[in-house]
Amino acid sequence: MIYAQILAGGKGTRMGNVPMPKQFLSLADKPILIHTIEKFVLESRFDAILVVCPADWLSHTQDLVSKYVSDERVHVVTGGSERNETLMKGIEYIRDNYGLHDDDVVITHDAVRPFITSRIINDNIEAVLANPAVDTVVPAIDTIVQGSEEKIDDIPVRSTMYQGQTPQSFNIKTLIESYEALSDAQKETLSDSCKICLLAGQPVKMVRGENFNFKITTPYDLRVATALVETRS
Amino acid sequence: MLNQVYRLVAARQFEVQTVAEEVTANDIVVRPRYLSVCHADQRYFTGSRPQATLRQKLPMALIHEGVGEVVNDPKGEFKPGTLVAMIPNTPSETDPIIKENYLPTSKFRSSGFDGFMQEFVVLRRDRVIEVPADFDHEMSAFIEMVSVGVHGLTALADTMDADKTTIGIWGDGNLGYITATLVKQLFPESQLMIFGRHQSKLDYFSFADKTYLVDDIPADLKVSQAVECTGGRGSEQAIAQIIQHIKPMGTAILMGVSEDPVGIDTRSVLAEGLTLRGTSRSGRVDFEKALDILTKSPVTRERLQNLVGLTRKVSTIQDIIDFFEGDLTNYWGKAVMEWDV
Repeated sequence: MIYAQILAGGKGTRMGNVPMPKQFLSLADKPILIHTIEKFVLESRFDAILVVCPADWLSHTQDLVSKYVSDERVHVVTGGSERNETLMKGIEYIRDNYGLHDDDVVITHDAVRPFITSRIINDNIEAVLANPAVDTVVPAIDTIVQGSEEKIDDIPVRSTMYQGQTPQSFNIKTLIESYEALSDAQKETLSDSCKICLLAGQPVKMVRGENFNFKITTPYDLRVATALVETRS
Repeated sequence: MLNQVYRLVAARQFEVQTVAEEVTANDIVVRPRYLSVCHADQRYFTGSRPQATLRQKLPMALIHEGVGEVVNDPKGEFKPGTLVAMIPNTPSETDPIIKENYLPTSKFRSSGFDGFMQEFVVLRRDRVIEVPADFDHEMSAFIEMVSVGVHGLTALADTMDADKTTIGIWGDGNLGYITATLVKQLFPESQLMIFGRHQSKLDYFSFADKTYLVDDIPADLKVSQAVECTGGRGSEQAIAQIIQHIKPMGTAILMGVSEDPVGIDTRSVLAEGLTLRGTSRSGRVDFEKALDILTKSPVTRERLQNLVGLTRKVSTIQDIIDFFEGDLTNYWGKAVMEWDV
């Protein structure tokens, strides 16, 4: 089975004083989350599409999905307190409702990346059916500098540097086994889901993203996103 | 739905633009799969249209020949994955006399209205037609051009006198080849003669009864009816030869697009009672007829598969540019992109 999991667990702490989590803010007259879901429902290979949101926003998310999306594969699920816990809540939902099989895969995606394309989704599906884990990346444009205490420790060669986006896609059994092997401290500090598999020694395949597949995190991002979208006349 | 549209913004320069699409119950969402390049697209790509035209029409997504897979049909009439031909002409009214492709209010894709170079194409329900599953996908990409040939030959049948003995086609390029294959189906009893400038291209017309180089046509040769498929600067010479070699009261269908006005020997047109009839583009009825011909005639499909020239998968804007550049030096056949952008 091929699952999609849209991670809408963010609380919007980086969006300034806006009280509503960023995935629910409006872009081109629709909540950002809905734009993202709309792209996933166009892929017929998904057996189920989970939208994992904060517990406090469960009914709000369900209301939005009912209002805008008419696809029985879409299910709203309560997430956890941080990213990887939210990811694993979705996996638990899959286990409890569909069972787990060796070849089950999940394509996970940030709700706040609504500019995802069908090509990127397709490349993730193709890649994760042949690899245990997949990350979507774009080559780094800026030079990446590694530093601490206001001093540069290293300047890695730019041609080997990429910026991580989503989707991140996993063979579900590999993901569960890799996650269970982590210490509690690692589970709390890991900000990237692919690193769960990397730490467990699993190879992670890279697929090409797009620069415009950016994450709407700050008020600036939302202004850029709004400026990018044209309405069909 | 947020859709990524790949538009030509200036000669040889494409940019991606996000467009918020509204999908109504009367629409179908199609993921383009195979797209075929037309000379009209190349004239935009190379910037060889008049500057005023480019300023007026760009930015615009190119391509009006293509097939795709249905990804969403709000009414559920088309299953996801169904291969469909997309009809580029989009009429906004109907007229009892004027066909949809001649209505001034109709919008035509890749001519002032976004073509098929998009992540998804949102089309009105009546602008898609299912393509049989056993059709070659690359050949299916230029069904639109087949429908244009059908439209031209339908106009010929409606206009011409009763003499079907010989039909002459001027032009050994893609349109000439497609129209010639259709003549064999629509006028099976007629003798088919092809007039072209390149022997190596005329050699592909093995199904024609005769082929002639345009500088070596016997002076006394006559055709009953004619179709002009050259376009560009070749139109003038082709029309002059048609007037010279067509029988009195014959009909010539003009299908080749010329950028500049061309001179026509109207004295001879009048003296011989000739009919020159122009045709352009096509409508849904022509697509239906084209698909009917192709379904019933595997040999026509095979001949058209031989017209597939350059093929390549494109995934990035650079791939698209390279593909258009490659088509410019492609000697024979249609250039078909596998669309994976």
